[in-house]
Amino acid sequence: MQTPMAKLDDTLVRLGGVEKSFGAVKALVGVDLDIFRGECVGLVGHNGAGKSTLMNILAGVVAPDVGQFLIDGTEQRGYSPSGAKSHGIRCVFQELSVCPNLTVAENARVFHPSIRGFGWRRRAARLITEKLDEIFPGHGIAPSSLIADIAIGRRQMVEIARAFTVSDQPARLVILDEPTSSLDAQTAGQLLAHIRRSVASGLSCILISHILGEVLTTCDRIVVMRDGTVVAAGPAQAFDRARLIAAMGSAETKAERTTGPKAGLPRDGAPVRVRMRPARQQGDLELIAHEGDIVGLAGLAGHGQTALLLETFAASRRRNGRRNVTAPVAFVAGDRQSDGVFPLWSISRNIGIRSLAALRVGPFISQRLEDGLAGRWRARIGIRTQDTQDNILSLSGGNQQKALFARALASDARIVLMDDPMRGVDHSTKLEVYDLIRKEANSGRTFLWYTTETEELTNCDRVYVFRDGVIVAHLAGADVTEEQVIQSSFSGAP
Amino acid sequence: MQAAAAASRATDMRRMIRAMLPALSLALVVAAIAYLNPRAISYFGFTLMLNLAIPIALATMAQMFVIAGNDLDLSIGPFVGFVCCITATLLHDTPGLGVLALLGCVGIYAALGALIHLRNLPSIVVTLGMSFVWQGATILLLPKPGGSAPQWLQDIMSVKTPFVPFPIVAAVIVAAIGYFGLMRTSYGAILRGAGGNPVALRRAGWSLLRAKMTLFALTGLFGVLSGMALVGITTSADANIGNGYTLLSIAGVILGGGEFTGGRVSPVGAVIGALTMAMAASPLLTFMHIPPDWQVAANGAILIIVLAARVLITRRDEAL
Repeated sequence: MQTPMAKLDDTLVRLGGVEKSFGAVKALVGVDLDIFRGECVGLVGHNGAGKSTLMNILAGVVAPDVGQFLIDGTEQRGYSPSGAKSHGIRCVFQELSVCPNLTVAENARVFHPSIRGFGWRRRAARLITEKLDEIFPGHGIAPSSLIADIAIGRRQMVEIARAFTVSDQPARLVILDEPTSSLDAQTAGQLLAHIRRSVASGLSCILISHILGEVLTTCDRIVVMRDGTVVAAGPAQAFDRARLIAAMGSAETKAERTTGPKAGLPRDGAPVRVRMRPARQQGDLELIAHEGDIVGLAGLAGHGQTALLLETFAASRRRNGRRNVTAPVAFVAGDRQSDGVFPLWSISRNIGIRSLAALRVGPFISQRLEDGLAGRWRARIGIRTQDTQDNILSLSGGNQQKALFARALASDARIVLMDDPMRGVDHSTKLEVYDLIRKEANSGRTFLWYTTETEELTNCDRVYVFRDGVIVAHLAGADVTEEQVIQSSFSGAP
Repeated sequence: MQAAAAASRATDMRRMIRAMLPALSLALVVAAIAYLNPRAISYFGFTLMLNLAIPIALATMAQMFVIAGNDLDLSIGPFVGFVCCITATLLHDTPGLGVLALLGCVGIYAALGALIHLRNLPSIVVTLGMSFVWQGATILLLPKPGGSAPQWLQDIMSVKTPFVPFPIVAAVIVAAIGYFGLMRTSYGAILRGAGGNPVALRRAGWSLLRAKMTLFALTGLFGVLSGMALVGITTSADANIGNGYTLLSIAGVILGGGEFTGGRVSPVGAVIGALTMAMAASPLLTFMHIPPDWQVAANGAILIIVLAARVLITRRDEAL
């Protein structure tokens, strides 16, 4: 046991048995976590491990369903973002939380309610500039610049510096979610050095990062999360890269994999359907999908997988893109509500929209053909509804997603792009859809399947792992294991 | 570092050109009028041409507050008309009741802001509905043109300022109030931030409900001022008096450098935009043998040209 952990009165934040569900999805299932004063805790885990939910609870944005939440030994009730700030808990969110239409100084003011009254602009500018100078010497950011006018890396520097500024409320715990994602190596180094300095002077930090080298060298203690709970925790010296990766992966899925149905063989003889390279890719790795292939796109969420799917879709629309994408394409959206369903339309309309050319009689859409198509796919894919004329929103989430699959599969598309389509879908629906995808692939359709659920990758013939917008690994056949995927998703010193 | 400094200088340059656009367009309109009739460029000429500029500037300022919060007020025209009628009847006959009614109007606006925020309704729909409510209420209050503006209001609106015509002085005052209120106060930054990134505001512990209610209340307040100024000029009211102000005010905000989303507005620009619109629609042009139909077209043309120029500047900005 290290000295800071031994004393109980050094505990700043204590979470005990915290649970949180979003609809059917269990984000956290009983998390126990203590944060002590003057330590830096590294938080690592793969997609869906619950890191972001945990952070949102500490930030007061999300309230836990069950569990104990103590700050300084007092139970927190009605905890809110302003409550978090009065306790000195600050967050740097992964997606930027600065207002693009305000200046750097005004964004500092947004963070500090006490900066007001006469001369507030000068005080806010001084506060943020001093902190920027301290953390990122030579940053070159003027406090009067509009955020919209400065580069993304500098925006992130502003947001980080802002989290460390102190006015009337103390800064006691700073949570940084992938803070180095838009920083170059030099500024990232400056930040990590600053974290060490702050921790030495009594501040606590939580560092969430996919760059394991960063976590291993900067943190005192590392907590590994998986499937909504803490699976390993200990002093950083006790971990190395291999141990972290082993802890992030789950043993169960590996066992399932060996007994589960074997995916089809790589089809090198079949014609190439898709040949794509991410824009920033160097070297000769490229994504190739043959007819009848199920190709998985893996890696941490937001590392370029969706971008590649969208590029593939755009290439299929361009005349000169036909060289790389040789067949019609359909897209299955992951975010049903915003990109998938037409909420005012019936189920059959929602299914038929991708196949309008085939449903036409003269210039009109034939109701009969549309209903026929929807009826066939309702039976085939098992959409649970009395009548395909009902509104799409009358279906459960899983069945809505089935309707979106039906939209893609009923079309003339030979290539189906799937953008993490199983988010928030129940288990039995998933199994049905996996089955369907396999059948369609056997009849010659090609699937590009981005998923954040690593166990889904076992349904793929081959997997490309993405990191920082480029493909970093190509796994085929027996190499498609969770351990391999996690190994490639996380970078850093061994 | 050198390259970065040069790039930021270029960005500053484009930002300045962008900020100057509203003033340039106003200068162009003035230049065109000067070309058509040099005598219009005088104390008397400006007083006449900018006759209705004060209420238009106030209505534009009102519209700017809702646009700062990513909303739109389609009821500002009928609302200004309603305020005119209250001012010409209630405020004239029973001042106490009139003041209460006008304060109530501001309160209704704040409540609309709360409704839109809490129920997550599109402001366009809510305010479109309200425009019919205001119109109906106006007709109930004043079925036929009439009433009379309080004498003190008429006196204010017909002040003769030395050297510079009163409408220009008033516009400068309105612009200054808007600028300091929204751009320089610490809560003004919060109001604009609510339009720029509401999630960030909420995470920082601010109440979005309060911000939205404040923005709508400010719209109501400036709408009331606009109606009072208008009836102070016309001296009597008419149920249809405010028609046209809705689109004029939106055009003024956009002409002045504002954008429909993202909390990007400029109070000074909005007033300049309002002056441009008022000038291009002024009755004086009729005396210059320019048919009214062409004036409306001129308004539209100015709007399209300025927006096109802005898009060109912004696009070059993004290409860099």
